[in-house]
Amino acid sequence: MTAKQELKKSIIASVWFMFLTFPIMVIKVNTVTHTIDWRWHNMALVGIGSFFLSMLWRYLLKKKEEGGKKDKKAGLSFIQRLLQEKQFALPGILIITLITILFPHIFSMYQTNIMTSALIFVVLGLGLNIVIGLAGLLVLGYAAFFAVGAYSYALLNLHYGVGFWIALPIGGILAALFGILLGYPVLRLRGDYLAIVTLGFGEIIRLVLENWNEFSFGPSGIKNIPKPGFFGIEMSMQTTTIYVFYIVVLLVVFTIFVINRLKNSRIGRAWVALKDDEIASQAMGIDKAKTKLRAFALGATWAGMAGVVFAAKTTFINPASFTLWESVIILCTVVLGGMGSIAGVIAGALLLILLPEYMRDFGEFRMITFGAVLILMMIFRPGGMIEDVRKTYKFEK
Amino acid sequence: MDFEYFTQLFFGGLTRGSIYALIALGYTMVYGIIELINFAHGEIYMIGAFTGLIVSTVLTMMGMPTLAVVVLAGMAAIIYSCAYGYTMEKIAYKPLRNAPRLSVLISAIGMSLFLQNYVLLAQTSDFLPFPSLVPEFEFWEPYSHILTSPELMILSTTVVVMILLTILIKFTRIGKAMRATSQDKMMAALLGINVDQVISATFVVGSATAAIGGVLIASHIGQINFYMGFIAGIKAFVAAVLGGIGSIPGAVLGALVLGWTESFFTGYISSDYEDVFAFIFLVVILIFRPSGILGRSQIQKV
Repeated sequence: MTAKQELKKSIIASVWFMFLTFPIMVIKVNTVTHTIDWRWHNMALVGIGSFFLSMLWRYLLKKKEEGGKKDKKAGLSFIQRLLQEKQFALPGILIITLITILFPHIFSMYQTNIMTSALIFVVLGLGLNIVIGLAGLLVLGYAAFFAVGAYSYALLNLHYGVGFWIALPIGGILAALFGILLGYPVLRLRGDYLAIVTLGFGEIIRLVLENWNEFSFGPSGIKNIPKPGFFGIEMSMQTTTIYVFYIVVLLVVFTIFVINRLKNSRIGRAWVALKDDEIASQAMGIDKAKTKLRAFALGATWAGMAGVVFAAKTTFINPASFTLWESVIILCTVVLGGMGSIAGVIAGALLLILLPEYMRDFGEFRMITFGAVLILMMIFRPGGMIEDVRKTYKFEK
Repeated sequence: MDFEYFTQLFFGGLTRGSIYALIALGYTMVYGIIELINFAHGEIYMIGAFTGLIVSTVLTMMGMPTLAVVVLAGMAAIIYSCAYGYTMEKIAYKPLRNAPRLSVLISAIGMSLFLQNYVLLAQTSDFLPFPSLVPEFEFWEPYSHILTSPELMILSTTVVVMILLTILIKFTRIGKAMRATSQDKMMAALLGINVDQVISATFVVGSATAAIGGVLIASHIGQINFYMGFIAGIKAFVAAVLGGIGSIPGAVLGALVLGWTESFFTGYISSDYEDVFAFIFLVVILIFRPSGILGRSQIQKV
């Protein structure tokens, strides 16, 4: 295609987007004082922006089409190869361990707190990864399980004085029960129905927590949830923060370990098979109902445990912490990182939680960027940042 | 039981149901053709309402007569919603035509998130008061205690839109092409139907009905904000599923059933859990009759 045609296409796109965004971007009416604010500079921005973006868009699409024809196996990325190299494994693990142990001592309490929240999202991402990445079930109400965990610790503690360490498994189990409860009716549903029903489930849980005052104290939430204890030793604010950080790190390590084992187990392979072709895998003797329910239950368990830790970390919870946006952010970490890939999800979660924390000005553009990221990743890099490398079994003669 | 209260609830449900029907039509048409649940459909409806508000305010300040304002604002809302629907399809769905369903679905969620926050950033996060565009009809005065003029307007517009849509699908060339494409995309393409164009047309028509719904409900309720598309979209989706997704009469029927049940539920039992109710309804339908009232059950093949 000649440059002239390219230019023409970009100009058309630019004019089209200027037309499209005209009422919403340019005009801002104040219905109280009856004044209109004309923001023409926005129109110029949209025009110039869409001119160049449309060029980039077409270039990338063309490249993608060309790339699709080539052999896909040839291009393992640098990070993927790095992860597969056995000789880097031990030093890599040592370095990461050292950094995590030293982290709270080097950086301030504020930084440690942020890192703790990011790591909670790593656990959530890894848990959702079981459901989406391995079993291929798009769950949009994941924050509901997170809420179940958080509320089970808060309420058990409030009414019966249950401690953190006992609440941790209870929160996980309760969330798993909710997972089965949700999973059971939706077993027969395919992708898009499942997404909406789980979304609805998440909203039901949130609305119930908000409206059922006697049970959950409504929108005002629950205050003064105790931080985790360590054999009854009194700890200062700072040591508790560090202590919670280590607990979350341990939880992350435990999660990685379990998921890594799960992935190559009988259940894990059954999930992947079901994701690829339901009918064929049923014909091979995989029990669809049981396998899917396991995915729901296991995925929910991690969310429940993360919820308990979250409640203990923030010492205050209310329904506003468990909205659809939390579910979408967790979904974003999985999609951005790479569905099914453990390293990818960790990278995605750290990136998505830490980046907005350090770029405060960027805060209001956070959700719009997430939306754009979801679309662009699906179009140009459906496997995510660090694509999952599937185990292949070769037949040797 | 108080009969007047009952009729009020009945007509309230009918109005509610017809709004849901206007939005549900878009879902069901798109689903019928590309088997995709267009998550961002509720956002198109929200954009329609916003465009209607902006244009009508500007025109009113310029001193136009009310009738002209109503017509022009409605037209602008429809045109812009169609344009957004068209562009959305080109950007978020067309490049993924042969991708796995999960990818398309995630892209659709991304689109919904993007459009919501786009309006939030470009306009406001507050509720904006929406002027009541529909005047009180004098001839309707004796009946207005049962059914107000705006409600009458909503009902009659819905009926007109339904009739136009039926004509479009049953008797026009593009309608025929749509029906063919929804039956068998490959065969339709072989017979010389431009499938991409048909899909675009479906998005445009679906967006137009959503925009009409958006303007009508905004002027009925009297306020809008960027988040309005989400819950309305979900409810319309429930309606579409209830009637049998992919079936146009089904969407209308489902929407009316949902409207009535919601209206009676909130009227006689409790209004706290109004939104929860729609979701529970959805789960119950999907368990007992996943294909909906008028839908045919599909057998999945390898």
